[in-house]
Amino acid sequence: MTMERNPLMRLVVIGNGMAAMRTVEELLQRDGGALYSITVFGAEPHPNYNRIMLSCVLAGDKSFDETVINTREWYAQNGITLFSGDPVAAVDREAKTVTSQSGRVVAYDKLLIATGSRPLAPSIPGLGLPGVCAFRDINDVETMLEAARTKSRAVVIGGGLLGLEAAWGLKQRGMSVALVHLMPTLMERQLDVPAAQMLQKALDRRGISFFTSGQTESITGDGHVEGVQLGDGRYIPADLVVLAIGIRPNIDLAKAAGLQIGRGITVFDDMRTSDPAIFAVGECVEHRGQVFGLVAPLWDQAKVCASHLAGEATAAFASKALATSLKITGIDVFSAGALTAADPDDDEITLRDDARGIYKKVVLREGKLVGAVLYGDVTDGQWYLQLMRDKQDVSVWRERLVFGRAIAETGKPVGPDFAAMPDDTQICGCNGVSKGTICKAVREKNLTTLADVRAHTKASASCGQCTGQVEALLAFVTGGVKTAKKTICACTDQSHDEVRAAIVGKRLKTMAAVRAALGWKTPEGCQKCRPALNYYLLCAWPGEYVDDLRSRFVNERVHANIQKDGTYSVIPRMWGGVTTAAELRAIADVADKYAVPTVKVTGGQRIDLLGIKKDDLPSVWRDLNRAGMVSGHAYAKGLRTVKTCVGSEWCRFGTQDSTGLGIKLEKLCWGSWTPHKVKLAVSGCPRNCAEATIKDVGIVCVEGGFDIMIGGNGGIEVRVTDKLARVATEGEVLEITAAFLQMYREEAHYLERTAPWVARIGLEAIRRRVIDDRTERQALFDRFLYSQKFAQTDPWAERVAGSEAHEFAPLEEV
Amino acid sequence: MSTANWNKVGRLESIPVRGARRLCSLYFGRPVAVFRTGDDQIFALVDECPHKKGPLSEGIIAGDTVACPLHGMVIGLQDGVAVAPDEGAVKTVPVSVIEGEVYLHLPEPGAPG
Repeated sequence: MTMERNPLMRLVVIGNGMAAMRTVEELLQRDGGALYSITVFGAEPHPNYNRIMLSCVLAGDKSFDETVINTREWYAQNGITLFSGDPVAAVDREAKTVTSQSGRVVAYDKLLIATGSRPLAPSIPGLGLPGVCAFRDINDVETMLEAARTKSRAVVIGGGLLGLEAAWGLKQRGMSVALVHLMPTLMERQLDVPAAQMLQKALDRRGISFFTSGQTESITGDGHVEGVQLGDGRYIPADLVVLAIGIRPNIDLAKAAGLQIGRGITVFDDMRTSDPAIFAVGECVEHRGQVFGLVAPLWDQAKVCASHLAGEATAAFASKALATSLKITGIDVFSAGALTAADPDDDEITLRDDARGIYKKVVLREGKLVGAVLYGDVTDGQWYLQLMRDKQDVSVWRERLVFGRAIAETGKPVGPDFAAMPDDTQICGCNGVSKGTICKAVREKNLTTLADVRAHTKASASCGQCTGQVEALLAFVTGGVKTAKKTICACTDQSHDEVRAAIVGKRLKTMAAVRAALGWKTPEGCQKCRPALNYYLLCAWPGEYVDDLRSRFVNERVHANIQKDGTYSVIPRMWGGVTTAAELRAIADVADKYAVPTVKVTGGQRIDLLGIKKDDLPSVWRDLNRAGMVSGHAYAKGLRTVKTCVGSEWCRFGTQDSTGLGIKLEKLCWGSWTPHKVKLAVSGCPRNCAEATIKDVGIVCVEGGFDIMIGGNGGIEVRVTDKLARVATEGEVLEITAAFLQMYREEAHYLERTAPWVARIGLEAIRRRVIDDRTERQALFDRFLYSQKFAQTDPWAERVAGSEAHEFAPLEEV
Repeated sequence: MSTANWNKVGRLESIPVRGARRLCSLYFGRPVAVFRTGDDQIFALVDECPHKKGPLSEGIIAGDTVACPLHGMVIGLQDGVAVAPDEGAVKTVPVSVIEGEVYLHLPEPGAPG
């Protein structure tokens, strides 16, 4: 008997997915490694990875390696035998063995089935055509990425979570994307109609075309997919079709083994199947009539299953209220429990603000929360979920519940006492609008949003300072309460947008004036708002506003980058990444003369001198200035570098003079202050050696023209640029780049890079003003040029000449 | 006051408003900085953030606090104590302004900086 030769029991795991391996991890934590020798069979040829993150891999936010949960070394270290790429073909319950596709026979004492789910495939013609795939595993993602590299048109069938994430990922990868959904609204199982409509509108603005109420009749093509034919006659051309209409439990193996099955493999509260030696977890199981598609209950199942495998016999699985969220940058969706009132005793409470893109609904039954749908602001999602799970009585909070935890729990009255306020009290100073006028308009014209009130009364339509009051008054009249908002910092109740609007609208030209006009709570602000206000004023009033160095971060005040040891790094500008022997000689001399410990080439094609003492900065700059070099602004929230490839002057593939264009762009844009740092690049052909498609503005030269790409980022969250336009001349490139930068300078929030800003306001909003409207483009361009007149002085030369001299010398002790 | 160990370090105007300057000399082997607030109060602290020894003299000064330039910890200039929820403190150095001259109480003769 094996027990004598090997004291360990044998656990065989069918499936190498998330549920299976979480169960194994839980088992190892319970010292299960001492009880079992474990063998794992996986159908896919990879180690275990986080399937949920596939959307991020597709969208380019993560690499596949970052999704790997357990490496092959982990299996080895824990004594687990892994057969990947070799699915189990049969289970013999009599002999207690499994047989794999390749013919391996392994005996078990305990068996764990975690075969997951399969994509649902409708029976429509053309499903087998090349270019049609599901969105289930890394293989599907690779198919989609390959299509994105070589093809342009994608159709996603299915408007649920998975379909939307697939569509967004493909859009991010540069494809034009259409989404077909059988139902009239998206994510109909998780979202009610208003939330779904707001979601569709937001994605529509980001360039995804929707075909709702669309029944796919066939997928057409000759040798490769060419299009999707809908039942109502609509036809959508396609080079790639992704099916994401749902999943069904993968029960084939369990069925063949004679286990009890329903929609999934039937399991009891201890995760055992109808055969006590066989457990099952994950998307393949059915528990008390329920099947599973989200990850949270899988983790609970893994815990329960592991504790029974480890001999702790008390744990029981019970499904809890679940929440859904959507992984699309800048789109916040949360949903849990009931979407709508199911019977006359249920109550729905909703809040909707189209102008701010916010929708909230809670569903109450007998004083308890049974559902929540949030769009645009999901901060309170987890709190609602906990209230639902705890079945807490929330009747005392009823009137405040929809405004979230902060307001519900404090119980303080929100906003001014409008009931006691006389009707002739002026609310909007710019346009002379009184409380009475606003109340009358709201009541008589049934206004429901801030945008409506602005349109009808002009209240808060100019400087925006009274926006909060108008919103609160609107809520007072319509019976709601004002919601919390994001402010610049704790010194103020104003948002970035409101402050920017007031600076321009009320012609505020000093920080003190801004703080006085907008009711700052601190006399001189804080380290958060001061740099923001300094930038906003500098941007609004170039040539008039005096830059406040004391409100700038040390790097921008000292014009060098502080390092961890308090020394500085110095980076001279190298226009377009081009240098000369004379410049290199001067840099080498500086390195010798000041004993510079490290000389480093940067990612932006510049040379960095690291470890310079603060006192030495002016003389280092003097030496560099003498060789004709100026500040590279490597420390600035401003234009950093324009990276280039060699282009048509030398490269056999180059289509345009990318180096020359890069230098022209840098000469145009250097010195400009922006909300956050800005990096440009110009590639001479689509091979893109300058990596232009992860820059704030990237120019990719093509035969006879230039693609202008915007909003890329190579940082923590990699974002590939969106294509703004293709133009024919260098002149257009320069004008459009400057106009885009000016729009970013005037409208983004301080410390917001172009990538999140573009994602927030949408490509179309930028295209309208920078491409389509020629007058607007010209105006932006002119304002940029005007601002540059005051920005383009070398700060190093000024300091070499004696400006801010106290900055670079310590106090003398007498 | 006794003039023993009170060292004149410079005139008030030599320190920028909402600014700071570091001393040439050390205090028990540590750098020292003198801070001037928006309302012309003068404070002196050991110029090392309790977090990672960042030079506080390079931080942004607002009210009577300074934010360390390395990782943003905010330190009270009055007592050298980090503003909650952060924890930690730096040593304060007694300072006095007489007729526009700034004096620091440095019991140990400073080593050259």
